[in-house]
Amino acid sequence: MATKKVTKAKKAAPKKAPAKKAAVKKAPAKKAAPVPAAPAADGSPAPELTNPTWETVKIARHPDRPLFIDYLTTWDPEHIELHGDRLVADDPAMYAGLATIDGERVVIVGHRKGRTTEEKIANRFGMANPDGYRKAMRIMRIAEKFNLPIVALVDTSGAFPGLDAEARGQAEAIAKNLADMSVLKTQIVVVVTGEGGSGGALGIAVGDRILMLEHAIYSVISPEGCASILWRDGKMAPVAAEALKVTSGNLKKLGIIDDIIPEPKGGAHTDPKKTIETVKKAVLAAIKELKKVPVEKLVEQRYAKFAAMGRH
Amino acid sequence: MAWFTKAPDAPLRVPTEALWNVCKKCGSYTPKEEYVANLKVCPNCNCHGRLTARERIDLIADKGSFEEIASDVIAHDFLEFSDASGAYAGKVKATREKTKIGESIVVGKAKIEKIPVVLGAMDFGFMGGSLGSGTGERILQAAEAARKLKCPLILCTASGGARMQEGIVSLMQMAKTCAAIQRLRDEGLLYISVMTDPTTGGVSASYAMVGDLNIAEPKTLIGFAGRRVIETTIKQKLPPEFQTSEYLLEHGFLDKIVERKNLKAFLAKTIRTLTAAK
Repeated sequence: MATKKVTKAKKAAPKKAPAKKAAVKKAPAKKAAPVPAAPAADGSPAPELTNPTWETVKIARHPDRPLFIDYLTTWDPEHIELHGDRLVADDPAMYAGLATIDGERVVIVGHRKGRTTEEKIANRFGMANPDGYRKAMRIMRIAEKFNLPIVALVDTSGAFPGLDAEARGQAEAIAKNLADMSVLKTQIVVVVTGEGGSGGALGIAVGDRILMLEHAIYSVISPEGCASILWRDGKMAPVAAEALKVTSGNLKKLGIIDDIIPEPKGGAHTDPKKTIETVKKAVLAAIKELKKVPVEKLVEQRYAKFAAMGRH
Repeated sequence: MAWFTKAPDAPLRVPTEALWNVCKKCGSYTPKEEYVANLKVCPNCNCHGRLTARERIDLIADKGSFEEIASDVIAHDFLEFSDASGAYAGKVKATREKTKIGESIVVGKAKIEKIPVVLGAMDFGFMGGSLGSGTGERILQAAEAARKLKCPLILCTASGGARMQEGIVSLMQMAKTCAAIQRLRDEGLLYISVMTDPTTGGVSASYAMVGDLNIAEPKTLIGFAGRRVIETTIKQKLPPEFQTSEYLLEHGFLDKIVERKNLKAFLAKTIRTLTAAK
């Protein structure tokens, strides 16, 4: 998995790019010593562990990977953002609004990570608060009312773990979305574009079609979190990532996602334009297909789809 | 051999835990018998200790009324998962044998003061009460049974969250269980969530929080993210009452805190009031 050709500066390059540079520099160094699946379990600190799954994790988190805002502004430069949960706040970590993609009117929601350092901090690195999930749900209800399909782009390391988030009911907000989305009477297309982090991802990811970019990841817990609990060592994250089978290929095999959207060679960041176009085509194709199904039947099928998950 | 070096036939020390319960909150000692007679509630500080699924069912269901369903649904090792302490398949099998329940929840038909219900109780002793594929499927079957019988569904939670060892499949159980419960509620049926210590992570962010009524036992730990994770993220100490049932009540996420000794009567009374069940 090539992580080398990433030095092409993006048009909208951030003013400060130390984080980016560090990540770019690190990648080839890791690549020089690929260690296959089995790690040295002797606890020696020495060479950083890696494996194909971990390379995918790094691509999914790559600083130049297209973000929600890149998809949105390319698909519809005249999109309309809608704000607020009508309760307490407007969460910048979650985008919700209206867009017209090649003539297809949709409601679009998604995690907004931010590109520059300032944006990242303001958006809590794409980790939404309860207000974000409630805003997304509120706008998705508008989609139901006006028979618009919903496009949900998932890219978050997880829901924000904060004092206010808990006080305002992070658990309740996510739970409510899961329940409400399961019966929403309109087409829902979900694309995991980068990180599909746990409940924070799932909170907008109950849909009729779950698509995933080839090098995106989707997991019940971050590899780091899993490693620190089950291996008692966060540095075992590459091993945990592999054990958790977080890649698109594995998820397809497990029947969790419907389709894998291929990425340019080396990952989406090597050709963002092409990636954004491929994802658009996949989303529009899925909507077209779903529109053929009467909406009541669609909701039944959605239930059957999730009910089947975990049966063997 | 001198008499003083001779090993005794039996250990001289009787383990404290066999005779006394030591409260994990206040540290006070209560004779085991008294503790059990008090429904495993500390008489000193009212800390509600953990019950097994079977104990919880015995507490709520009328004697002899519980008929387990979906008992053949058990965990499955989708990922062939193995961590630092061994393979998941082996661990879950050992847990099954130890706890004598097939999954982290036991569900079935039951009666509460003669009112027919479908009742489920989670067991923290089964891999931390984690939500696995078997757990999710049992909950779905419980919700569907309640729909068929047109009776209320009551789920008592006790869980650390989703079961990491089943990876993404366990995450999907959050959506699956919520979907099943939403269908039940859309048909005008009652769902009561009873949160017991602890109810955290993926379980709090799914079926535990979507009750028509969300109730909890006193001093129960309820929250989405772990205390330590939050403290490292926001770099400040959290207040001691953070993520307790009292905290959630104050913030508007619980309908009521109900003491264990009143739980059965409370459930019966609310079901009767809401559904006019006899």
